[in-house]
Amino acid sequence: MLEYALIGSRRYYALVGVLLLFILVGAFFYLKQLQFGLGLTGMGRDVSWGFYIAQLTYLVGVAASAVMVVLPYYLHNYKAFGRITVLGEFLAVASVTMCLLFVIVDLGRPDRMFNIIKYPTPNSVLFWDMIVLNTYLFLNIVIGWVVLEAEKNQVAPPKWVKPLIYLSIPWAPSIHTVTAFLYAGLPGRGYWLTAIMAPRFLSSAFAAGPALLILLALLVRKYTKFDPGREQIQTLAKIVTYAIIVNVFFFFCEIFTVFYSQIPDHMLHFKYLFQGIEGKGRLVPWMWFSIVFMTIAALLMVIPRVRQNETTLALTCGLIILTTWIDKGLGLMTGGFVPNPLEKVVEYWPTMPELFITLGVYGIGFLILTVLYKVAVTVKEEIGA
Amino acid sequence: MGINRREFIKLAGLSTLFGLGGKAAWELLRPGQLEAALTAAPKPLTAKRWAMVVDMRKLDEATAKRCIEVCHRIHNVPNFAKPKNPKDAVSPEEQVRWEVKWIWLEHFHNAFPGMDQPHMAERLQHMNFLLLCNHCDNPPCVRVCPTKATFRREDGVVMMDMHRCIGCRYCMAGCPFSARSFNWRDPRPFVQQEYPDYPTREPGMVEKCDFCAKLLAKGQMPACVVESQGALIFGDLADETSPVREALKNNFAIRRKPFLGTNPQVYYIV
Repeated sequence: MLEYALIGSRRYYALVGVLLLFILVGAFFYLKQLQFGLGLTGMGRDVSWGFYIAQLTYLVGVAASAVMVVLPYYLHNYKAFGRITVLGEFLAVASVTMCLLFVIVDLGRPDRMFNIIKYPTPNSVLFWDMIVLNTYLFLNIVIGWVVLEAEKNQVAPPKWVKPLIYLSIPWAPSIHTVTAFLYAGLPGRGYWLTAIMAPRFLSSAFAAGPALLILLALLVRKYTKFDPGREQIQTLAKIVTYAIIVNVFFFFCEIFTVFYSQIPDHMLHFKYLFQGIEGKGRLVPWMWFSIVFMTIAALLMVIPRVRQNETTLALTCGLIILTTWIDKGLGLMTGGFVPNPLEKVVEYWPTMPELFITLGVYGIGFLILTVLYKVAVTVKEEIGA
Repeated sequence: MGINRREFIKLAGLSTLFGLGGKAAWELLRPGQLEAALTAAPKPLTAKRWAMVVDMRKLDEATAKRCIEVCHRIHNVPNFAKPKNPKDAVSPEEQVRWEVKWIWLEHFHNAFPGMDQPHMAERLQHMNFLLLCNHCDNPPCVRVCPTKATFRREDGVVMMDMHRCIGCRYCMAGCPFSARSFNWRDPRPFVQQEYPDYPTREPGMVEKCDFCAKLLAKGQMPACVVESQGALIFGDLADETSPVREALKNNFAIRRKPFLGTNPQVYYIV
């Protein structure tokens, strides 16, 4: 089926070309980073994880959200989602690949990365993250591809793939739970030391992922002959609505515990993010934008007319993707590291090379997504789905 | 025509025999000397649980700075404020970000956040505390490391294997004391004079104080302890008669963030 990715319209080639350009630029800066060291980024001894690990965290969520189309179809026999499960799975493949690449570009010594396998260390959450992410990638490639191939040949998918599908359902929340545990078990990082970290990760994931899927479905409908379907999009919209409301609720749970208890270690990080400390508050406007508009988006999604009109739905979904990204892709990392364990405020902002490398990784992810979606959509067009 | 397989094995075998005969050759030429050289190596210092007591009453700032100086010199720790070649100079902001430090000074409220009080003894408020890796009994850095590149020795020293470290910096996120440094770039242009007894580093791995494990193995005390003129006390916490136990028995000592349960093994007498 991969040959479908080789023949396409002009627009398809143009998109692939643009993505390749992003990848090339990213690769160029990555080579520079390999040569010089991670000092090329804005990270430092106080904020020792930055943009890369933040993108990893955000994209694990996008990947996990594939379960939101897989679960209703396979466990509740919600037939409508049968049309789009493959879109969810291929989105997961692209996202998890980006996650793994973001870990690699963040390593000081990528040449030694297989030490994680050579010296397996079960007490490290990173070891488990490596396992769950790779397994999830494998599951989604196999399931997505095999089921699509069966669809192309208009036969039932082979029986052996069913257990893998059932396994992939609990596996999805597990990848985001393990990723939350990377942070939530560290003593002395008050911002992360919260039991609601994993639930919050999941709620924002199940909002942002399906929101992205809605946008992708609308694009697929606009530019191809395959229509993912209005009912499908509306059901996804309901999932997004519940998830984003829960996410806002979890945020305020966090705020209550931190500010009613008045424990300084925990308050300081929120103060830095939303108010600034000692005049340092680079993230303040971003964080306010994030929480205010996330709340507004949640309220908008509750209104049936907003949800049912696909233009306002698309705009609200865009807002949800943006605000959850700011929360996880900007605030989460820096907020955890500032102030540092000695209660000093050293701020962080990504450098240009860091941004270009990030864009390069996104380029790879979107190239994979484009190619896989091209294959899936061509199959769907062929069988006249 | 070269040698065949059989001849090669013969030759290899013979040269191995000669290789093994190296010690015998020494015995013939200079009897006894090799043994003498081997036994002359001093006995390593050992303990069940190494610990340090910093007696802040005895530690003046000049001495503290000398401790830092000697530690960083013998461990080839770079000073980004002082490049060997002026053309390598880096901005003050980069100096902060890239800083590598094994032992350093900090005010009370930074060293012991949450423990400072509105009306503290003035002496304490301006005092600079000497900080280093706490060599925790229950080290979070060891718990999170995905390759066991950082590990806890039987005697309590938390060590770094810089040849195994992949540079993921999980340990830096895990350490509640900021005791770990990463090589964000090549540190060598900022090492004033290379100290031959300790390796210099490349970009990409984490490092920290190792209680001078190399010196302990040679039977010597950690460099900062030697330099401190009695203000730093180092010894076996498991041994009731050790100087650290003596110091802790007779004085009230505090530790950094003991409530986190990492069980730090550097004690401060204030």
